[in-house]
Amino acid sequence: MVVGASVAGLTAAVTLRTLGYDGRLTLIGDEPHTPYNRPPLSKQILAGTWEPDRIKLRTDEELSDLDARLLFGKSATGLDTAARRVVLEGGDSVSYDALVIATGVTPNSLPGAHHLAGVHLLRTLDDALALRADLRHKPDVKVAVVGAGFLGSEAAAAARRMRLDVTMIDPRPVPMRRQFGDRIAGLVGRLHTKNGVSMRCGTGVRRFFESGGRVTGLELTDGTLLDADVVVVAIGAAPAVGWLAGSGLELRNGIECDPTCRAAPGVYAAGDVASWHNDHFGCRMRLEHRLNATEQAQAVARNVLGAGQPFAPVPYFWTDQYDAHIQAYGIFPAEAELAVLHGELEGGHFVVAYGHRGRVVGVLGWNSPCELRKLRQLVVDRAPWTSIVPTQPAVWPGRHLSASLR
Amino acid sequence: MQVTLHQDKCVASGQCVLAAQDVFDQRDQDGVAVLLDERPPAELHDDVRQAAAVCPALAIALADA
Ligand SMILES: Cc1cc2nc3c(=O)[nH]c(=O)nc-3n(C[C@H](O)[C@H](O)[C@H](O)COP(=O)(O)OP(=O)(O)OC[C@H]3O[C@@H](n4cnc5c(N)ncnc54)[C@H](O)[C@@H]3O)c2cc1C
Ligand code: SF4
Repeated sequence: MVVGASVAGLTAAVTLRTLGYDGRLTLIGDEPHTPYNRPPLSKQILAGTWEPDRIKLRTDEELSDLDARLLFGKSATGLDTAARRVVLEGGDSVSYDALVIATGVTPNSLPGAHHLAGVHLLRTLDDALALRADLRHKPDVKVAVVGAGFLGSEAAAAARRMRLDVTMIDPRPVPMRRQFGDRIAGLVGRLHTKNGVSMRCGTGVRRFFESGGRVTGLELTDGTLLDADVVVVAIGAAPAVGWLAGSGLELRNGIECDPTCRAAPGVYAAGDVASWHNDHFGCRMRLEHRLNATEQAQAVARNVLGAGQPFAPVPYFWTDQYDAHIQAYGIFPAEAELAVLHGELEGGHFVVAYGHRGRVVGVLGWNSPCELRKLRQLVVDRAPWTSIVPTQPAVWPGRHLSASLR
Repeated sequence: MQVTLHQDKCVASGQCVLAAQDVFDQRDQDGVAVLLDERPPAELHDDVRQAAAVCPALAIALADA
């Protein structure tokens, strides 16, 4: 049985079938839609260049070929690991031999705001369509984006493409600092400013103003008053594990799994909800990245069928903002060192490496997809930092390095 | 096997090249994928299936041929 019917859940189900599992299969998801792809929600769907039909993960025919019991629009409300049963809303329960949990994350909300019309989260297709309608509801809409991470940044970029007035608010001094560190985050901040977003970094939101149940503006913690017709709240998300309370599973930052993504006998987790020990980096991680949801679900399907293999990937993500296509492999610790491997930081095209404890742990490319792919191997190899930034020139000359990466 | 690549959906992630480098490549200027072989030989089919499965943009479609 699979709970959570988005990319990780569906991929687990599909992979089980591909690997030859021909027993009973149930896929449970609480959204009313058939499974769809989330990254375009904050990009093409919000901008209005794509309609929802384009983001379906599988056609209806492909879904019926899965030969699974599909319970969409139904949430799981409890888990009994001893009896191996999942409880559904309404009280029915379904038994399983093996369970894959892929319930993703739920966006964090701001206290005292979400009862107001005009205030939006951005996680589901319904969220994106509601936000899109609101951005178009009259000319000259003023937009406030709270949170300057990936989602907030992409929403701001989409709203600017619609030529709306956009202010982005974040308590941290630069956007995406947590993801990229100060240097690269500074470039993202400048990108927004250059594209006409008013950046309010280093402040939070104190309160909202309303008229007739609709948001009209907000007051920031530094005292600034802003008019706003639409507010996008993009302040991170928490693993969707509420339904697992009392199940006995370890729930800290996500469902705690071993290196094979197993949480308990017969229970596995994949995608945004899963926290597991990645042996490649020697640390526990939980990723909210599109590719990881696929790769982890594939690994889990293999392990459900007995492979018992650790899942130790090099993570990958991308984000599109204005004309910047940013992609990265690996991890990006705040205290990492940086080295430019290609292009120039100010030039609009570059690849940087992140070094941590003497090893290359990440590479990030800004409008440099081909170069980045070739440099990914440094992270796969956990290349010594000295091979990139030689302390002794003789250790590994730069020429040798670039030649070996072709 | 017949491979179709929807370049308008591609996000230049390069995952298809990592999975099946004889069948996919990326354009130098913007990284958008290009299809090198619409009908790859049987020994590459598993790699191509993996490329289609991991493509984060759902840009690769496979059909029997
Ligand atoms: C707007 C947006 C843009 C993104 N852009 C990018 C990007 O550019 N690049 C990138 O790498 N990543 C991006 N991501 C992240 C990527 O989409 C996620 O990592 C991916 O969707 C995770 O898949 P998942 O299946 O683990 O979880 P989800 O996609 O969250 O799916 C979980 C599903 O489980 C359902 N569910 C939850 N609880 C229950 C329950 N109790 N019972 C039944 N069903 C339940 C949920 O409703 C949901 O449908 C983006 C995410 C969003 C929201
Ligand atoms: S895997 Fe998909 S998105 Fe990535 S380059 Fe290939 S076709 Fe494009």
